[in-house]
Amino acid sequence: MASSILYRIAAFDTPLLSLTVDGRPVQSRQGESVLAAMLTSGEHVRRHENGGEPRGGFCLMGACQDCWVWVGPGERGRACTTLVADGMQISTSPDPRFD
Amino acid sequence: MECRSRLLQTPALTRIVIVGAGPAGIAAAELLSRASVEVTLIDEALHPGGQYHRAPASGLNLDMGRLLGAGYVEYKTFHKDAAAVCAKVDYRPGMLAWSVHGGAVHVASRSATQALGFDALILATGATDRIMPVPGWTLPGVFTLGGAQALLKDQGCLIGRRVVVCGSSPLLYLAAVQYLRAGGEVAAVIDTTRFLDKLRALPDMLVAPNVLSSGLRHLVELKRRGVKIVHGATIDVFEGEGRVAAVLCTLPNAAPLRIACDAVAYGHGLRPETQLAELAGCALRYDAVQRNHVPDTDLDGRAGQGIYIAGDGGTIGGGQAAAVSGSLAAAAVLRDFGLSTVDIDLAARRRLLQRLRRFQRGLATAFRWPSERAMLLDDAVILCRCENVTFGEVRAALDQQGGTAEVNRIKAASRCGMGRCQGRFCGAGLAEVVAASAQQSDRERDRLRVQAPIKPLPISLAMDVSP
Amino acid sequence: MSSIDFDVAIIGGGLVGCMTAYALRKRGRSVVVLERGHVGGESSGVSFGSLRLQGQHDAELPLALRAQDIWESIEAELGESVEFVRHGHVHLALNAEHHARLENNARQCRAQGMDITLLDRDMTLRRWPFLSGEVVASSWSSRDAVVNPRLVAPAFARAAQRHGAIIREGVNVLGVEHGGGRFSLHGRTGDGAVEIITCEALINAAGAWSGTLAAQFGETIPLFAAGPAELVTEPVPPFAAPVMHVVDGSILFRQTSRGNVIIAGHPRLSVDAEARRSRVPPDKIVTNLARLVAIVPKMRAHHVIRSWTGIEGYVEDMMPVLGPSATTPGLYHACAFSGHGLQLGPAAAVAIAELITDGATTMPIAPFDIRRFFASGQPRTLHLAEEFQDDVRSPHIGRG
Repeated sequence: MASSILYRIAAFDTPLLSLTVDGRPVQSRQGESVLAAMLTSGEHVRRHENGGEPRGGFCLMGACQDCWVWVGPGERGRACTTLVADGMQISTSPDPRFD
Repeated sequence: MECRSRLLQTPALTRIVIVGAGPAGIAAAELLSRASVEVTLIDEALHPGGQYHRAPASGLNLDMGRLLGAGYVEYKTFHKDAAAVCAKVDYRPGMLAWSVHGGAVHVASRSATQALGFDALILATGATDRIMPVPGWTLPGVFTLGGAQALLKDQGCLIGRRVVVCGSSPLLYLAAVQYLRAGGEVAAVIDTTRFLDKLRALPDMLVAPNVLSSGLRHLVELKRRGVKIVHGATIDVFEGEGRVAAVLCTLPNAAPLRIACDAVAYGHGLRPETQLAELAGCALRYDAVQRNHVPDTDLDGRAGQGIYIAGDGGTIGGGQAAAVSGSLAAAAVLRDFGLSTVDIDLAARRRLLQRLRRFQRGLATAFRWPSERAMLLDDAVILCRCENVTFGEVRAALDQQGGTAEVNRIKAASRCGMGRCQGRFCGAGLAEVVAASAQQSDRERDRLRVQAPIKPLPISLAMDVSP
Repeated sequence: MSSIDFDVAIIGGGLVGCMTAYALRKRGRSVVVLERGHVGGESSGVSFGSLRLQGQHDAELPLALRAQDIWESIEAELGESVEFVRHGHVHLALNAEHHARLENNARQCRAQGMDITLLDRDMTLRRWPFLSGEVVASSWSSRDAVVNPRLVAPAFARAAQRHGAIIREGVNVLGVEHGGGRFSLHGRTGDGAVEIITCEALINAAGAWSGTLAAQFGETIPLFAAGPAELVTEPVPPFAAPVMHVVDGSILFRQTSRGNVIIAGHPRLSVDAEARRSRVPPDKIVTNLARLVAIVPKMRAHHVIRSWTGIEGYVEDMMPVLGPSATTPGLYHACAFSGHGLQLGPAAAVAIAELITDGATTMPIAPFDIRRFFASGQPRTLHLAEEFQDDVRSPHIGRG
């Protein structure tokens, strides 16, 4: 069982979506934020560019900018204010194909 | 300083733009919509409410009644009103207002940006948590107090199963109560302010007895549920490897206390989002009680040059004050532009606002910002989390610079404040470090200079623009 | 009122003023720098940061080469980092006219002994695969470098101070008199106190405000103010080592060692030199982003996090004013660097220091004589219409 940070206490009654986070399959539902999907199934959203230590968001309201992730090849999004989409390929680090 | 709006002749009004659909913005929009003037309401979020009335994301089955308790009535009323208002005005959710320039506010989505010219601009941009760094504050599992509440309401998630709520703010108690109601475990509430200081501020807080009593009710509920509450503590470390695992704190005249947890909700009050006001040319002044820089406005929110400020983005006041100030700002616009006035009791609202602001001053005294911590934090502690700049690096920059210390120079030399958040979360700590340094500095004048875009602007929006 | 006396007083604490103070101290002259705000707080601090040789004007290239010699050992001399990095500079051509300019520039550079490599489209895209097919050719100069402009003036101020220079911030020079072979300056500090400084030699390094000072001595520098449009992105995974620069100046960018991409591009902006206020208009931000993404498509994934500009002094022929006053012995001008004073700075500083101590300089500064503005015939006019925003006020472009 993957460890996680966040703990969900209310469910979405919306369509089930399939995502991947760093290639790992993750179940989600429409309306969930990328950050919630990542941190209910994992322990960080990114690694800091200058230091490499794990970061897991902070302000959760789009102000601290500490939760920027890759939400597809060549596409970035702020995890706390970006909603998941079906088939989204989320990455905690830069996509080497894109570079 | 009183800001007077003296218009030699009443200018023509073609468009009012409001930025922010929280309690202040919606109250302003509501009043203006009654006066039948054209209003464009911009909001970065997808639904109205701001932080104060944050609503669940679409499709989330969250029992807000249970969560908010006595606050539910106000919440439901707000959202009913907001829905009606948003249907009446030109409401644009999901748009980032990233600059104000030349009489227009620039708003962007991922794919395009647009300039919205205005005759009057009401800025209701709200606030964020104010943070004093703690060793380990960048660990996964450590979140802001406001963030913990936002996540619960918006996404139906607790930040952890066993949470420490800490800092200095009346919101500590509200957040802890909401967590308990949501089925979470609150390992402790660690309040850095002393009980005595809270008692001393009682006279100021008595001017808003409803707000005070609801705060006390939260305290009682927490005690009844056996939640450990400590006052006057120093937060020493958020401990953990890869994620937070415990909070180490010290009480006066007692041994350090280690509280095991898997998440932390942390904050020391709020700081207003003043970036658009500053870009719009508003003067800012330093509020020594709140220890924030705030736009310089009159009581109705006039900042001059067609700019009006309402809500926490003008001065921290709470949700009720936000709504009142929103309506006052809107009324001011109507009067300044010679439009049909809406029948509201201005005098009563102003009196209420004054009372609520006095209450806030009491709160600022009771739940004081621990400014002196900045001097005591070890060199290795991170001050700027965007750029990973430590207190030591900032102190070294101060020593190296010599001469008159000034935050923008220290930013240039140390990179503190140069990251994506543009100083929102390191700014308060940086100001204290610079103010405490040996060199002369002007706490009143000294603050990080704002530049557009006020939040990261997607380069993708320029793809369809001809170069 | 008592006065303090120095061999040399420098008005203006930008990089030129601080570098000159340092050079003078090394030559044993007592020196004071008088700066109204903070050292490096105006033009010096807002520069793109490029130490560019390629594409420099023919008349400036000899001085630029001498300056680069100094830049290449500057950190060793200062004993601290200014983030000097040498990864070269690439000029890009997007059309045939640009291509012709690249070839012309290459000829000029080679004539001065510089090593320039011209690359065709295929070679360019192979070498720098992040570039789009809009690029038709490029020219690469290996000796060009970059530096962090925000660090430069403060570093030189400290170095000058270590050598005994006096750096006075927060001092506004209200008036200057000249008589009996000495200058007498009245300076006011922030708390209202007035100081008198006397000196034998005076250097005008007052940036966009140099014209006012020159006018007090009956000479004209037809200076106008403008600012560069600068942007910076969030950190991006490293992809571009050299500076990339479309040859007409419409867009240029460089990636710092931390990954942020700094972006600039013409036209330069109108600024308020009186109120000392300047901002990059939002439309300009969007235009520059559009230009960037046209040549580096993958940047569309990323975000701009800040814009800035500043107040710089330009003259119509886009060359500095460097050398002795035409009217007043003992007065020297080191200004009007027209947006490229960073690279030339160290050589300009040595030139003035040598003039003061030796009466002559080995630096090639003849083209920068102030008397060129009095000479008959029109000064060289460049593509000023392209390079400056319509509302930039200049006495000679014929606007405002």
